[in-house]
Amino acid sequence: MAKPPIAIPELVAEFGPKLNRTPVTGWTTDVQADKLVKTHCCFCGQQCGIQLKVKDNRVIGFEPWEDFPFNQGRLCPKGVKRYMQDEHPDRLKAPMMRREGAGFVPVSWGEALDKVADEIRCIQQTYGNDAFALLGGASLTNEKAYLMGKFARVAVKTANIDYNGRLCMVSAAAASKKIFGIDRAANPWSDIPLAKAILVAGSNVAECAPITTHYLWQARENGAKLIVTDPRMTPIARNADLYIPVRPGGDIGVFNGMLHVMIERGWINRDFIAQHTTGWEQVEETVRKYTPEYAAKIAGVPASMIVKAAEIWGPAPTSFLLHARGIEHHTKGVQNCMAAINLVVATGRIGREGCGYGMITGQGNGQGGREQGQKCDQLPGGRDIENPEHRKYIASVWGVPEESIPHKGLSMIPIFEAIHAGKIKGLMAISSNPMVSLPNSAYIREALEKLEFFCQIDFFLSETARYADVVLAGSLMEEDEGTTTNVEGRVIHHQKAVDPPGDARVDWRIICDLAGRLGAGDKFGFASPREMFEELRVASKGGVSDYYGITWDRIDREMGVFWPCPSPEHPGTPRLYEGARFNHPDGKAHFQPVEWKPAAEETDSEYPIVLTTGRVVSHYLSGTQTRRIGALVDQYPQPLCEIHPLLATKLGIADGDFVRVESRRGSVTVRASVVKTIRPDTVFVPYHWPLDRAANNMTVRAIDPISNIPEYKICAVRVSKVPEPHDAIAELEVQAGGVR
Amino acid sequence: MTNGTPLNGLGMEFFIDHSRCIGCRACMQACEECDTHRGVSMIHLEEIMRADSVQTAPQVCMHCEDPICAQVCPADAIKKTADGVVQSSLKPRCIGCSNCVLACPFGVPKYKAEINQMMKCDMCYDRTSIGKRPMCATVCPSGALTFTTRENIERTRQGVAIREWQFGDEVVRTKVNVLVPRSVHRIDVTVEQIGRTKTDEYDVATLLAGD
Repeated sequence: MAKPPIAIPELVAEFGPKLNRTPVTGWTTDVQADKLVKTHCCFCGQQCGIQLKVKDNRVIGFEPWEDFPFNQGRLCPKGVKRYMQDEHPDRLKAPMMRREGAGFVPVSWGEALDKVADEIRCIQQTYGNDAFALLGGASLTNEKAYLMGKFARVAVKTANIDYNGRLCMVSAAAASKKIFGIDRAANPWSDIPLAKAILVAGSNVAECAPITTHYLWQARENGAKLIVTDPRMTPIARNADLYIPVRPGGDIGVFNGMLHVMIERGWINRDFIAQHTTGWEQVEETVRKYTPEYAAKIAGVPASMIVKAAEIWGPAPTSFLLHARGIEHHTKGVQNCMAAINLVVATGRIGREGCGYGMITGQGNGQGGREQGQKCDQLPGGRDIENPEHRKYIASVWGVPEESIPHKGLSMIPIFEAIHAGKIKGLMAISSNPMVSLPNSAYIREALEKLEFFCQIDFFLSETARYADVVLAGSLMEEDEGTTTNVEGRVIHHQKAVDPPGDARVDWRIICDLAGRLGAGDKFGFASPREMFEELRVASKGGVSDYYGITWDRIDREMGVFWPCPSPEHPGTPRLYEGARFNHPDGKAHFQPVEWKPAAEETDSEYPIVLTTGRVVSHYLSGTQTRRIGALVDQYPQPLCEIHPLLATKLGIADGDFVRVESRRGSVTVRASVVKTIRPDTVFVPYHWPLDRAANNMTVRAIDPISNIPEYKICAVRVSKVPEPHDAIAELEVQAGGVR
Repeated sequence: MTNGTPLNGLGMEFFIDHSRCIGCRACMQACEECDTHRGVSMIHLEEIMRADSVQTAPQVCMHCEDPICAQVCPADAIKKTADGVVQSSLKPRCIGCSNCVLACPFGVPKYKAEINQMMKCDMCYDRTSIGKRPMCATVCPSGALTFTTRENIERTRQGVAIREWQFGDEVVRTKVNVLVPRSVHRIDVTVEQIGRTKTDEYDVATLLAGD
């Protein structure tokens, strides 16, 4: 019975989201901070350095950290206002249990943890170990991500653990592993300004990775040509040398078309291909038919744009590819990434200064969160859970029999499908808000309602935590210590600024306490995150993402250390693949031929418009944190439907009108923003909001067969003008899902 | 003192490159955080024509050599420091008449009704006077706002930094620089331009009709 115990507006009244607008000490010049804590922003994968001002164990403000090399003091609005999530009126300060009709009532930690452990045991005894599933998150530190993977396999003994990086980095990861054998950006960001051609494929850098903008502009000052592909003219696209307004799902047309032209014009490094790659013949064969005209039909853009892109990319002396969710959130997400990376390998421009590529991580620990073993098919160090050698090594680190480690489990979407099918009966989640973040929200809600038991570890009562039987009050990033790995593969140190408030606890202690109650206390005797990191180092040793040589002291001293770093004497590896040494057993890069295929749901006469979803600069992911910060909500209060005037006119829609955007699965009612900066066949709705404002009400539950990433970037909708809504949800504050 | 006198003896100047702006508003959000005027941004961001383009422009005080806001102030409430920073209005003097608001060619001063006083950007005087860079130019993720040496700008940027403006017959010199193409020596702002700017180049439908 995992339904909200009282009506949503009542829960909102008690738990928010409410807005924090002023520092806890008020706007005053009188207060001096006790200390400045050098740490990192938690609101995207770039992990900018920032200093938090602390007084009397409370975060009271921030100061830029100009010495941290990645961002040199630069911050986006999320970073500037990030400290407003501290001392917040909505902060959960005690464990709570659901009481039907009463809401959530505080209980003791003993009662809450006993209840969770009992429910896990009860469900597993009745339905089998795999009937209890775990969800981790890519906003967790490396230590906590490691702990979740170990907790699942050693304490809960379930195969079914996955994480919300499944909604983020998995297509990029799979593509990079297939071609190079390593899942990481190939270069440090300092290589970007040295590149003479830059291709940004499906990344709204200005809003989702703002700090990267400076690297791009610096490259242009140095004479680089910038190509941007995006169905929307985003702020970086406005000033690109070539902006390609690609049709959602048409990316392979651009990439294969470019490669076709490059082959034709001789802009291929055949020596490099012969010496350092395999599979070129199949790629050459595949792209033969992708003439600019053929490719243009797939891409939905003029053929001349594809030729021009090839003319910029092909002959350039150095180049850098950046890709992100725009090409990855597809049922062909892995294919899209591989087609883009083929452009890098075909020119041989990788593994040297100013030459390479990176995938822009979205979540706070988008890189590290995917290495430490909280994926359904993975063990620490980026190891394969089905590889006998890998299993044996990790079993030895954990001190458990190899056969006790479960095999590959279900990924995130199949976990929810298994809940629907009655195979998974219990769920515990941390750092995840599926009610906002997963596609087809109604389906996700029904799944949560079917659970016999649901526990959420959270710092605020997220839209998903409302469905929990037990809510465990965990910790914000600045209330604990640990490491993350930034977009470049640089392992960095988040310092603790303050203690968790009230009776809230640091996440790792909650997990370790539960492990103890499940009879695995001897394997979870960690006294600090540093001890977890020490075990993680050993567990990752010899793996692809080898952290063995990295220590917290080194991180602090060296402003981060890049993995792989196999020994304490090793300098770390800012740039991968130097000397064209790739990580497959044959040492070569493996080209992957890619054919275009349609999306899971293409438009038709009933639903004739493509909906694509994404982010805005002032919000982070499902909004659990940023929809509680007044200044960020003021900046972008409610989701808008961006629509081109040609389409808007046809539908009788004017700027500011309320429109209903509707797919076969659900709808939102939001205001229209009529702008010429989007393709006329496509509308855009950002996804940070819940309930009747959730873009994921419409999106399709279709996943990439390799990466299992959902197809957030394409579904078929219709759009119509409607009156302003006045129902109970619409009347809520905008940050809770209302309209203004 | 004249424009460009080194602040804190470090030769640091303020530069704006509008072509770099991504409209993220980190500058405004950070401005609110400054110790002296916490909670209120002294700068703003112009959305040029959102229906047509995503172009935005950050507007800090340009710190005119001969500030018109101060000239038109009947209460002598706007002072310029020895190093050329035009300060926000002095609370005991400002009578809230908004002459400055109307006179400023850059639209910088804002009248705050709740305190009956004009407030505006003072280039984070509290920060620069103790060797820190202004908040907005420190956090700006795109380098649209930068506080650095002229030498550093000349070394790292393609554009040229100028600080001379023509408004009709009036020439205005400012302490703050803007980066413009090398062929430009003075920014000519004419009223006729407004509404006549061609924006089709940012219309995605036009781009798609390209062939």
